[in-house]
Amino acid sequence: MAKRSIIPFGPQHPVLPEPVHLDLVLEDETVVGVIPSIGYIHRGLEKLVDKRDYKQYTYVAERICGICSCGHGLGYCLAVEQIMNIEVPDRAKYLRTIWVEMSRVHSHLLWLGLLADAMGFESLHMESWRLREKILDMFDETTGGRIIHSVNQVGGVQKDMDSAMLNNILHAIDDIERQMKPIVKTFLHDYTVQSRLKGVGVLSKDDAIAQGAVGPMLRASGVEYDARLLGYGAYKDLTVEPIISKDGDSYGRCEVRMKELFQSFDLIREAIGKIPQGDISVPVKGNPDGEYFVRIEQPRGEAIYYVKGSGKKYLDRFRLRTPTTSNIPPMVEMLKGCQLADVPLLILTIDPCVSCTER
Amino acid sequence: MGKVSKSPWLLHYDASSCNGCDIEVLDCLTPKYDIERFGIINTGDPFQADIFLITGGVNSQTESVVKQIYSQMPEPKVVVAVGICACTGGVFKECYNIKGGIDTVIPVDVYVPGCAARPEAIIDGVVKALKVLDAKQAALEAKGR
Repeated sequence: MAKRSIIPFGPQHPVLPEPVHLDLVLEDETVVGVIPSIGYIHRGLEKLVDKRDYKQYTYVAERICGICSCGHGLGYCLAVEQIMNIEVPDRAKYLRTIWVEMSRVHSHLLWLGLLADAMGFESLHMESWRLREKILDMFDETTGGRIIHSVNQVGGVQKDMDSAMLNNILHAIDDIERQMKPIVKTFLHDYTVQSRLKGVGVLSKDDAIAQGAVGPMLRASGVEYDARLLGYGAYKDLTVEPIISKDGDSYGRCEVRMKELFQSFDLIREAIGKIPQGDISVPVKGNPDGEYFVRIEQPRGEAIYYVKGSGKKYLDRFRLRTPTTSNIPPMVEMLKGCQLADVPLLILTIDPCVSCTER
Repeated sequence: MGKVSKSPWLLHYDASSCNGCDIEVLDCLTPKYDIERFGIINTGDPFQADIFLITGGVNSQTESVVKQIYSQMPEPKVVVAVGICACTGGVFKECYNIKGGIDTVIPVDVYVPGCAARPEAIIDGVVKALKVLDAKQAALEAKGR
């Protein structure tokens, strides 16, 4: 009988920029059980609705996570706008969509880089992050911030983009798309990369549904579901096709995210082509009275925002269910039976965002 | 920045940051900013690190981890608090689980403000930390170590 041992993984670990702790139960080199413990980045910011009024809270919502910042601001604002029956101008919806899609590009490029780094493929890591800088430069030009943008507000957006900025975005994504080609080739067709990704960490379609996987994780297991199909923002006018992969292994998750990058390029182009003229925000009067659930598709999957107000300046409750929270149970399932050496890579393939999860 | 006397190794830890400053710290290491050209590299091992880059305010669970990593680093060592949360607690200061800036737990030598701190500011902070490191080294040598 193989000897059982428990290896602690984290909280401070080279592969993770953020702290998360796992106890890995091993039989020789094979993982047989995983006990996750979280809470290292818990700040308690849902409770901050007591101290910030509902307009100020947009800034806090944007700081739930630095990678999906724009999406968190959008989700929160959508929920408040629904409660208060505010009709956001069409131009604002398009601007929000462009920024959120740019966030997806930057998040997926970041993930590809981290994946390459976890495999020890340093040059591929650097190349992905080099391309990501072009998107950050566009954020810098259009919003004034590289990471935290603070463009969403209840009733619209704070900043407009002129035609020169929109053109620059088009040039930047053309440039990235052209330079992406060798990276795509390496990630999807290189022998070394395939040997680390193919057939590793398989999550079957039934398991993905039963364990509640979301986002690229769910789509990589062959389920056609994308919250962008709900048509929030400008997505109702744009063509969104869920991108799926059949195998459910690490390679499938890489493939889905890679293809989503190109989908985002197309969505940005389409949105810039269709963007209408007009106002970018409407004045907001009164306080939210009621409750609402909003679902949006973040780069990591579906996020759910719940807002409850009772006619006061301060909200009663704000609640968020983040994509990584839903992806932890499938990850635990996926890790069972894998080799110890594959653990860091497999944790990375769910694209964990711990600061979202723990808030 | 003149002459750099040492090639310091960084250790990065996220105390309770929103991730914004963390990815900017990683950005410093990638081709656009590339602090490796100054001989600075990111290590995951506290026993080999000279500079402790820390992001986010301290909460009750990370407090012991921060103290432990700090005690594991060899002398001389410099602590750089990156981002406004690490400096004072920032936007999360009034959250129930946040104790405040890093200096509530361990001594901080260099403060880098910003939300999120830009890579230029982080590099500037690290360069300032090098001077502190030199001064601490000289003090240790004067003591005969």
